Amino acid sequence: MRNTFVKTLVKLAQEDDRIFLITPDLGFSVLEEFEEKFPDRFLNVGIAEANAVSIASGLALSGKITYVYSIMPFVTMRPFEQIRVDVAYMNTNVRLVGVGAGLTYGPAGATHHSIEDIAIMRALPNMTIFAPSDPLEVEKITAESIDHKGPIYFRLAKKGEPIISTEVANIQIGKANIIRQNPQSSIAILFTSNASDIAIEVTDNLENLGKHTDLISIHTIKPFDYDLLENLLSTKQYIFSIEEHSIIGGLGSVIAEYIAESHYNPIFKRFALPDEYSHYVGSQQYIREKYGFTKDHILKNILEQLV
Amino acid sequence: MDKIMNLELVSKQIRKSILLMNANSSASHSGTALSTVEILVILYFKIMNIDINNPKAMSRDKFILSKGHGSSALYATLAERGFFDKILLNGFYIDGGQLPGHLDKEAVPGVEVSSGSLGHGLSIAIGMALANKLDQLNNHVFVMCGDGELNEGSMWEAIMFAPQQSLNNLTLIVDYNKFQGYGVTNEVINLEPLKEKFEAFNWEVIEINGHNLFDIEKSLLKKVKKPKVIIAHTTKGKGVSYMENQFIWHYKSPNDQELKQALDELS
Repeated sequence: MRNTFVKTLVKLAQEDDRIFLITPDLGFSVLEEFEEKFPDRFLNVGIAEANAVSIASGLALSGKITYVYSIMPFVTMRPFEQIRVDVAYMNTNVRLVGVGAGLTYGPAGATHHSIEDIAIMRALPNMTIFAPSDPLEVEKITAESIDHKGPIYFRLAKKGEPIISTEVANIQIGKANIIRQNPQSSIAILFTSNASDIAIEVTDNLENLGKHTDLISIHTIKPFDYDLLENLLSTKQYIFSIEEHSIIGGLGSVIAEYIAESHYNPIFKRFALPDEYSHYVGSQQYIREKYGFTKDHILKNILEQLV
Repeated sequence: MDKIMNLELVSKQIRKSILLMNANSSASHSGTALSTVEILVILYFKIMNIDINNPKAMSRDKFILSKGHGSSALYATLAERGFFDKILLNGFYIDGGQLPGHLDKEAVPGVEVSSGSLGHGLSIAIGMALANKLDQLNNHVFVMCGDGELNEGSMWEAIMFAPQQSLNNLTLIVDYNKFQGYGVTNEVINLEPLKEKFEAFNWEVIEINGHNLFDIEKSLLKKVKKPKVIIAHTTKGKGVSYMENQFIWHYKSPNDQELKQALDELS
């Protein structure tokens, strides 16, 4: 995913000399091609995230489209107040690019996990949040981001995510990406970012049990595709959300907020990570299992909900 | 000489505006604003390449007031320079006014950056200076911070970084008025030796009396190859006898009687 992002950015930067890339000393073996091709538009500011974000704002205020690349906690939480004032309040064309969604950096420890980022960035006015599920979404939305007015936060996983999108033409900022759809289905599973593997497996299993299920990638968390949600609420009986993010403030919260103020009464359940920092040492998969954030556990839970 | 004499009068006029603004709104930070006046006057009336009829012209010099709590001084200077009607100054820090207490770039023409949270301005200025180099514009970026603002870690991230890029199109002005929110600057965190600190970080350093119009102009005009910092020794509350070097005027605004005395002193 991150490699697709950088490859796409290099391609775009060849055509558009407004594109600028800043790293606070991360991205070794990932960003080199950009640096080699556009040395004047690449900057390593050193391990100084606040400085990176404010410099990006200064460049954006001067007409540049500036991408700041780092591991997620360091590009969202450490310089948060710079993001609030210099990026969101001033509505500048800064793009914060975070890698390592959720438990991607599992064994590195909780300092490197990213379970609060969506909640935090959602609270910022003007901020667009893009949490892609596959390389096609990354490629398409990165290209669209060039002419997007205002800030964007990219929640990228790491690498190796398979392609799951079917219609590239339908991928656009602010619209849900429907992966599978069946007019007869009574279930909709909405997922985001690096939870695609679990969401697909759960959907496959449900289909095998004869339970037709729509599968939808929410690559743009904000602005949210409420039209889609409204449509699902009027046609489906069951709605489930799956995300590798805290149960607080992410995709599930967005849906819950909408349902709470609607006149719909679906069976709805959020699958996410608990409200705690992981003290488990182990891979993404290992920690997922510790928290029951697995295909088996989620499938079992969904089946219990079905009447 | 006539021009500078004239600018002394302009400075007095701006000080009057600041006092009227702060009195009208019972807003704080009178002393903070008054220490910056001569520097702003020289920048906006002598040094900067600006066009009040086209405030967003691509080839303009830019100024950032990083110490956003001194906003009344910048608003008053911009109004005096003709960026917008002085009547808007009456809407400072009050219900329904157009000018928030801390700077909002959407409020009026001429404000480049929204500020008020300390320690952001220099980094933003670096971004602008880099963009100017990239676009092969010979325009300069000026940024003013407070002495207390140098407590912020992000200031030092930026101070460390600017010389790395040889940004000779960037000038930082430290309004060294010796007071910050809770007391005397160098008793809270001692900045000294400040000149040597900047030199060690590879900046071109000039130390001046921040109220001397000649000194200010000369220091701003000096051509250098590195980023430049002007350490401007200033007086908090400058121009009003009972405010000068009085810590309490970091927070206070004048009452009717105090305002009258201040305006008399400036006439």
